[in-house]
Amino acid sequence: MALEEEEYFESGHRACAGCGLALGARLAMKATGEDAIATCSTGCLEVVSSPYPESSWEIPWIHSLFENSAALGSGIEAGLKAQGNDHTKVVAQGGDGGTVDIGIRSLSGMLERNHDVTYVCYDNEAYMNTGIQRSGSTPYDASTTTSPPGTESYGNENRKKDALEIAAAHGISYVASASIAFPSDLVDKVKKANEINGATYVQIHTPCPTGWGYEGKETIEIARLAVETGLWVLYGKKDGEIQNINKLNDRKPVEEYLKKQKRFKHLFKKEDGSKELEKIQNIADRNAEKFSLDK
Amino acid sequence: MVNFAGIAEPGSTKNYKTGTWRTYRPVVDFDKCIGCAKCWEYCPEGCIIELEVDGKEVYETDLDYCKGCGICSEECPVGAIEMELEEED
Repeated sequence: MALEEEEYFESGHRACAGCGLALGARLAMKATGEDAIATCSTGCLEVVSSPYPESSWEIPWIHSLFENSAALGSGIEAGLKAQGNDHTKVVAQGGDGGTVDIGIRSLSGMLERNHDVTYVCYDNEAYMNTGIQRSGSTPYDASTTTSPPGTESYGNENRKKDALEIAAAHGISYVASASIAFPSDLVDKVKKANEINGATYVQIHTPCPTGWGYEGKETIEIARLAVETGLWVLYGKKDGEIQNINKLNDRKPVEEYLKKQKRFKHLFKKEDGSKELEKIQNIADRNAEKFSLDK
Repeated sequence: MVNFAGIAEPGSTKNYKTGTWRTYRPVVDFDKCIGCAKCWEYCPEGCIIELEVDGKEVYETDLDYCKGCGICSEECPVGAIEMELEEED
């Protein structure tokens, strides 16, 4: 085993079978280790891991409100500093809704003040816990309960918000994107973020069988396809320099990723759906250009 | 000292056996298993156990917690894990 054997996010949690988020948390906690305090905004992660009176966490874990996981993390870090504790890590966690929408103000404050906190965003691209409503991180054209396709609509009409760039724009020394399909890379990135003295941001792509509409066994395959099509780019940005880009030998067409998910099935049925598929391919092409993805 | 109502025992969801959710059960063929630990890495439940069978390091599922998602079977590089329908004894 290349990864830390110890588990800090335990079995018995109530996540759906094949949950990408549960795997993301399990891996991120392996990178974080025993000497740590974690916060967690409202959302799937909080609900599945804290059915009272039980907890899935082996480390101190605190549920915040939806909007203040980062503020809570900031306060804990300041408290530890005041106690002279320079070893305990603080990890603030949130889903994409709790991070890029509702919690962005407190996240921005945490990054601006450069607290020694690793912020981990588990990105399943909608509000899954409350019933699959779109978030700022929902990709273009995805069907959610608040962005349904219809005669005048192809699904979510906005682009996926680039929270990594927003975090990096605060001038923090490290941001990274990761995927549950690449566990060693994910663990390396969270470890690196933890080792840096100052605020860091890691966003993990965590496919959701319930919200995206596919069978639980396909979670890893779908996470991998997001990377292989260039729709989710794996990279790190250290002191403004982009590094560790996962270059692709043979970038796959976006259809291979989209066609496996019910949230995009209207694109393959609707008239003019091919025009929309072209737009999504353009998003992947722009990513490829920006990050020089193609080998 | 304030006694917060929400304090819980660390890792105590282990008291709840999510294995009862399962429809399909992973069955590992130890002859085929190469001990690569991919199933262990990718399991969202963290319920894969390392064990030694005939001097060989292999992996098996803890059925107390396995929800039967089938990721291990999909990701096994040598096809050593079959998903079999659970049936009443």
